[in-house]
Amino acid sequence: MKLLKKITVMVMLALFASAAPGQELKVSETILPNGLKVLLKEEHKSPVVTFQIWYRVGARNERLGKTGMSHVLEHMMFKGSKNYGPKQFSQIVQRNGGNDNAFTSKDYTAYFENFAADRLEIAMELESDRMQNLLLDPKDFLSERDVVKEERRMRYEDDPTNTMVEQMMATAFAAHPYQWPVIGWMADLGNLTRDDLYQHYRTYYAPNNATIVIVGDFDAKKVLPLVQKHFGNIPRGPEVPKVGAVEPKQRGEKRVVVKQEAELPAIFAGYKVPTIMHPDAYALNVLQGILSSGKSSRLYKSLIYDKQIALYAGGDYDDVSADPHLFYVYAGVMPGKSTEEVEKAIYGEIERLKTEPVTDEELQKAKNQAEAGFIMSQDSVFYQAMLLGQYETVANWKLFGQYLDGIRAVKKEDVQRVAKTYFTEDNRTVGLLVPVKKQSGGDAGQ
Amino acid sequence: MLNEKKIIKSFFLLVSAITLVCMPITATTAESIGKRIVLKNGMVLLLSEKHAIPMVTVSMAIKAGSVAEPGDKPGLASLTASLLTQGTTKRTANQISREIDFIGGSLSVSGGDDYASASLRVLKKDLRTGFDLLSDVLMHPAFDQQEIDRKVKETLAAIRQQKEEPAVIAGEAFTKAVFGNHPYGKTNDDVAAYLPKLVRQDVLDFYSRRYGRNDVIIAVVGDVREQEIVSLLNEKFKGGKNAERADIVREKPPVLGSVVVKKLDKNITQANIAMGHLGISRENPDYYAVLIMNYILGGGGFSSRLMDNIRDNRGLAYDVHSSFSAQKDPGSFRVWMQTKNESANESIDEIFKELKRIRTELVSEKELADAKAYLTGSFPLRMDTYAKIAGMLTAIEIYNLGLDYPQKYPGLINAVTREDILGVAKKYIDPDRMAIVVLGNQEKIKLKY
Repeated sequence: MKLLKKITVMVMLALFASAAPGQELKVSETILPNGLKVLLKEEHKSPVVTFQIWYRVGARNERLGKTGMSHVLEHMMFKGSKNYGPKQFSQIVQRNGGNDNAFTSKDYTAYFENFAADRLEIAMELESDRMQNLLLDPKDFLSERDVVKEERRMRYEDDPTNTMVEQMMATAFAAHPYQWPVIGWMADLGNLTRDDLYQHYRTYYAPNNATIVIVGDFDAKKVLPLVQKHFGNIPRGPEVPKVGAVEPKQRGEKRVVVKQEAELPAIFAGYKVPTIMHPDAYALNVLQGILSSGKSSRLYKSLIYDKQIALYAGGDYDDVSADPHLFYVYAGVMPGKSTEEVEKAIYGEIERLKTEPVTDEELQKAKNQAEAGFIMSQDSVFYQAMLLGQYETVANWKLFGQYLDGIRAVKKEDVQRVAKTYFTEDNRTVGLLVPVKKQSGGDAGQ
Repeated sequence: MLNEKKIIKSFFLLVSAITLVCMPITATTAESIGKRIVLKNGMVLLLSEKHAIPMVTVSMAIKAGSVAEPGDKPGLASLTASLLTQGTTKRTANQISREIDFIGGSLSVSGGDDYASASLRVLKKDLRTGFDLLSDVLMHPAFDQQEIDRKVKETLAAIRQQKEEPAVIAGEAFTKAVFGNHPYGKTNDDVAAYLPKLVRQDVLDFYSRRYGRNDVIIAVVGDVREQEIVSLLNEKFKGGKNAERADIVREKPPVLGSVVVKKLDKNITQANIAMGHLGISRENPDYYAVLIMNYILGGGGFSSRLMDNIRDNRGLAYDVHSSFSAQKDPGSFRVWMQTKNESANESIDEIFKELKRIRTELVSEKELADAKAYLTGSFPLRMDTYAKIAGMLTAIEIYNLGLDYPQKYPGLINAVTREDILGVAKKYIDPDRMAIVVLGNQEKIKLKY
């Protein structure tokens, strides 16, 4: 459903939550002497190309009081650099028939330009300038900070479900930066200064902390020298500070209730799980498919179709993550049904995964969906580059190539075992949205 | 998290899917976009063979949109469309979802204004299974009473839930103000009032009148050969009958004689602002001039005047854009933005300034050249996936654009002059007769309009 998509996109902080699997990736990897990693993949099915540059910096590299810094910096990256002043960046891209944009997550900040194949070098020219020479004009900074506050109002302040999910995250993580939202807390946005951003920029925007991914209709032999020409002379930056935070083992369920004007209650429960770097990730992905992929999946069939107690329901696994994150299950409560009933029904499905093996058909279906997803993902050069960038930034792109084999090897017992290991009450954080009656005007926050 | 300009750009792209799929094209390709074949049963097939990936994408348009439903039964068309995949005379709803999920494919049918649409995506090896399902849901729906009850309940709940989305509430009020009782003006509230009264016979009647083989366009893109797909379609869609085609009399949208302001009070932090009036039909000969004019005004993301003024210079909004949604009948012209309650008046002032400017001054040579360069140069990106190609093929058929549309397109865009832009701005934008919807905390907004 629409809302689910929104929750996934906004809160899980990953553009495409369930990564399509990979096989023979046909990717060439080069590391320039300044540390910049370059991944090239030729894809000649249509005359387009995507250029993406991924920096290993996100909300994970921030601190309380200054949250939201990475994302505000991302906005400032469109406000001018030395050779391409204010307002020029996107205009140049568009004048050349291109689309450009960027996104920030808890682990990365990525910029992209999609072009007709013959315009590829324009992206390099622009990105290399703003990697080194960002203007960060103080006046523009203040105005752009206001833009981000408007963004926050739209996405969180005025969206009760997202507000609840934001609180749920803040509750789930006690010692790790994953507790705060990528967009930052409203008061922190007000605290940010131009100098904070400058420091952040100087610390993290350097070739040794970035990966370039190019996928599309080009000749790698000709394109690599162009990358070297535009980025090869940029000096290596200082060693990037490590994020040492480790979330301690959770010892008991945590619950958070958000009371806000809303129409229907919602529930969002997260279990702490390992990332793609852990062998259990494959079984957890298969489990995710069985629980939530398609209308034949367990949560849809049980909560929405059979019992008719949920308006939407699903499960998502945030696996492409630098540090361990969450496996979420969620549902929106149908009018006239109780949150308790829905919550119980979700846990009923979780318990079933622990007590009974999944069926042969379900297991095969999840594997077929993964295989088909991989093949179909080749339709979009942007999406292919996106997956490579995500994997490389949080782990290693080669891991993506092992994904399908890993999925194929999953057995029923593995699914049951990971369900028992991770889906325990003690390892769970639950967020509940409790709608309250309409208030007349008055205090609605900032 | 999708940040920065993402949402704005995607708004721009989604503004009117149909408008956009037939948007810009460079002269990069002499290769035909596809082939038009009339099948034995009268269905029109648009075929684009692509063999790079072993998958097939199918997109269908059926003249069974909400314009075809009786005026007193709003929502019937969408409900009927959504019921097609909920069971046939051969398969239950569960069997359908199990079959399509098992092959890792997707199948859906949904309503729309002018057309209902069906889509299918499968691997090449599952082509037969896919078409077996698609033809079954389109030709033999069961419309089981329990499934109807379930969908009605779900739809009512979804409508209720959307009442917590400011953008939806403001959008609905705008739609009503602009379209009145014209079919494009049907709102969630209209649907919610009708659905509890709906009976199964309504669905059966709508289906039998509107779902016929004579009113179906099917675009197929992917790893198939012409002979194979033609014979498969002839086999799977054999029989069936023609749709009635009788047009429902459409009420005219209201004429706005002045600025009409609608204030909606909600305890939120931002004012959600929608301003505009009736726009143009896709078949209007001024379409291309309007497309460029709107790009410069507020359709062109960071290259647009509204974005430059209101976001980039003033920091008043994350998203501000304008759109013409051009369909069979004239759609709306709309400016859309959110800003903190306290900035609503200033923002509306600035929007009015920009509307007046584009109606009184010629756009600059540079603005025009940039707009043309984007619209023509971005064409390859509008056709870079199978689904986008299928969408474009469908639009070409619906609006009779011709299979040489990709080759004609740059000429159509490049022919537009600065004077044309001024002319269409004067003709199709009227700041003195528009609807203004402002949803937010009215105490803080203190709207002066």
